[in-house]
Amino acid sequence: MMTESKEIKLIDEEGRRVDGRKPDELRPIRIEAGVLEKSDGSAYIEVGRTKIFAAVFGPREVHPKHLELPDRAVLNCRYHMASFSVDERKPLGMTRREIELSKVLREALETVVFLEEFPRTMIDVFVEVIQADGGTRTAGITAASLALADAGIPMSDLIAATAVGKVAGTLVLDINDIEDKYGEADMPVAMTPRRNSIVLLQLNGRMTSEELKKALEMASQGIKKIYQLQIEALKKRYSVVSLEE
Amino acid sequence: MSLSTKSPRMSPIKIMQNRIYELLKQGKRIDGRAPHEIRPVSISTSVIEKADGSAMVSMGGTKILTGIKVETGTPYSDRPNEGVFTVNAELLPLASASFEPGPPDERAVELARIVDRCIRESRAIDLEKLVITEGERVYMLYIDIYVLDYDGNYFDPAVLSAVAALATCKIPRYEVRNGKLERVEGESMKTPIRTIPVSVMIGVIQDRLLVDPSPMEERALDTSVILGYDSDSNIVSIQKNAPGLLSLNIMEQIIELGSKKAEELRSILVEAVGLG
Repeated sequence: MMTESKEIKLIDEEGRRVDGRKPDELRPIRIEAGVLEKSDGSAYIEVGRTKIFAAVFGPREVHPKHLELPDRAVLNCRYHMASFSVDERKPLGMTRREIELSKVLREALETVVFLEEFPRTMIDVFVEVIQADGGTRTAGITAASLALADAGIPMSDLIAATAVGKVAGTLVLDINDIEDKYGEADMPVAMTPRRNSIVLLQLNGRMTSEELKKALEMASQGIKKIYQLQIEALKKRYSVVSLEE
Repeated sequence: MSLSTKSPRMSPIKIMQNRIYELLKQGKRIDGRAPHEIRPVSISTSVIEKADGSAMVSMGGTKILTGIKVETGTPYSDRPNEGVFTVNAELLPLASASFEPGPPDERAVELARIVDRCIRESRAIDLEKLVITEGERVYMLYIDIYVLDYDGNYFDPAVLSAVAALATCKIPRYEVRNGKLERVEGESMKTPIRTIPVSVMIGVIQDRLLVDPSPMEERALDTSVILGYDSDSNIVSIQKNAPGLLSLNIMEQIIELGSKKAEELRSILVEAVGLG
């Protein structure tokens, strides 16, 4: 992470951010469930200019067979960015960052999915970032948990997520790409709101203990709002089905 | 692709989990340690003569070797006046029956990225001092971490060994003479270090915390978090690295415990490498 650049004013005199938001304001969010035909469940999310598809297949047979677990389903998660999703073309194939994020996303999802209901099967979760403008892992997991729900897979709760950053010494909710690049810290948080507990937590950058506690509180407030949008998206998807019956 | 591996909910682990939790409530652990007690740490530096910097660290039975090779190269175009460092980690097959040969798997990638983040985000290395000619030639530090023996928690000793190797690294000096890059024979410089980052792995079982888990404890934990701290007690990196719930209340306790343990580890490190 770079030190604050002189040309870019991350917080202006009125306390507004580069895109005009207040410190505790989310970007405009659009969430839709059931957007892809062939997968068992899917979702699409836009958070500002960040755009992501998520799709779920399964529970289905495990390939290769030796990976299956006797007491529960195997959850397979792939977080992937399109080559054109970022400013400079991303080379094809999985980067180390994508490998790491696939792991933390899987671990977060494993926490809420009732895997023991489907022993000897596999549930595949694919997250495709088609445009990245900050907060892709958090938007990705928000979409992935919605896609799992859309696939009818039993879960203890949805997962909603956002990142809190520190720019020009101020804590800000839902940081975008510029704030991430030129700011001092980026902390992605995913929670299961019903249990008010964290399922994914990372931090890049410097914060004091006090700032960290405040940042977690801020994230949890933002997450509650995103959670409501997820529930609305699910209701919207399934109210159509109930009218047809 | 990231796949679920072991089966943490299988009954033998459940039984161990109950046992570990009962002991924690009495302030004890299976190997006789107190809940917030780190295993004995030993650090020896400059153990590999052919490396520019190296350190062997053991923490209990976990043994990590870090070697640093310095090369010169071109800086990144967006950072023309900064040197470059990269961190790589390998979980060697001789370290554990659960490690397999081959390219780094997701655990190794995660380890490398956590160590990288501790060093990078704390701005431990003054990269601007690693420039030979601005925009053209800089020093490149390749920090390679090998897990030689895995007896739980390879994160904290990996950060210790990487930082110990950095702090004792002798960077061979290069100079541009008549437009040509030349090695200045017999001359070297110390790594410009600004702060001493350390990491602390903390495990959670229900409402109890423990540090530096053994392999058995790692399997039984509800979840775990690795925190990186700089010399001023700022938190510079966090990684929740296992499935499971983490309440906000527990997280606050983790932050407090982490900063205490970080102090302890840093003083061991400072004593070993003579940084002050």
